[in-house]
Amino acid sequence: MSIGWYLAVSAIVFCTGAFGVMTRRNPLVVLLCLELMLNGANLSLIAFSRMWGNGDGQILAIIVMTVAACEVCIGLGMIVAIHRQRLPIDVDELRELQG
Amino acid sequence: MSSILFFIAAIGVIAGAIGVVTLSNPFYSVLALVGHLLSLAVLFLLLRAEFVAAAQVVVYAGAVMVLYVFVVAYVGGEEQSLSGQPTRRARSRGADGRKLSGALFAGALLVELLIALLGSGLKAVEGDGAPYAPGPNAFGTPAYIGNLLLTRFLLVFEAASLLLLVAAVGGVVLARRRGGLEEDAEGPRRLTPLDILRPRGTGTMVEGVEGLALAHARSGGGSDPDEEHGAGGGW
Repeated sequence: MSIGWYLAVSAIVFCTGAFGVMTRRNPLVVLLCLELMLNGANLSLIAFSRMWGNGDGQILAIIVMTVAACEVCIGLGMIVAIHRQRLPIDVDELRELQG
Repeated sequence: MSSILFFIAAIGVIAGAIGVVTLSNPFYSVLALVGHLLSLAVLFLLLRAEFVAAAQVVVYAGAVMVLYVFVVAYVGGEEQSLSGQPTRRARSRGADGRKLSGALFAGALLVELLIALLGSGLKAVEGDGAPYAPGPNAFGTPAYIGNLLLTRFLLVFEAASLLLLVAAVGGVVLARRRGGLEEDAEGPRRLTPLDILRPRGTGTMVEGVEGLALAHARSGGGSDPDEEHGAGGGW
């Protein structure tokens, strides 16, 4: 398959994730949709890496996966902290940065 | 063969992504994301990225998704579909407008990305990629990636490990048990080594608030004049 097909799939996945980030209200699902966007970017990085026969894109994809893991760690910690404070798990309700 | 595999995996990737966005129960969204990640690993294998595919399956679809499942089970994510519930519709009146504008924005972004990626007219985008020769140190194998990570990208590697450490500490700090709601479960205040070493009367906040009567009874009013004097000296 030519590289363009992979790039099209990555664009579709990225836009699906962006749509989810903008429309869903549960922060857990918002985090999942952020993962989708990062995965779309990862797929295009690896496709370009294959296109040039150069390993730099794969290294960048691994670093993106690391950053995604950190983001999941912090995001889930925040969701657990929100749940402990008996606040609603809803990004529309959480509009005040007060403890 | 490879094109058949590509289409199967691409359909899995896109179906998993749509499932994550549209399913109402967050638990099913997590399961859809696992399917999405496994299909994406097949695409990575087709692109000769063996190590990244293995890391994707083991780290992402394994460890990170287990973390998600734990948090979903702990928080107990409430059912909320993309269209919103009837009981909530009165409160969130802007749900339809937000969905419409989100769809418009995502569609515009998709069109723009596809024009930029596919309409660029680059010859290499239509090709199958660089020539590939199999071997133990071939492109994308663990030896190749490890060689790059430990020579050319060593600084990036160390920065990533430091970032992981910071994120782990931050996650523990964020999710720790705070005072307030669960204070009774922790029982009475424990004696720390600092309490034994500290001379009596040079109190902490706890001693100042509730241990004053104890200090009276214990030292027979030894520190009482000082306190009186201190209170009077304020004038």
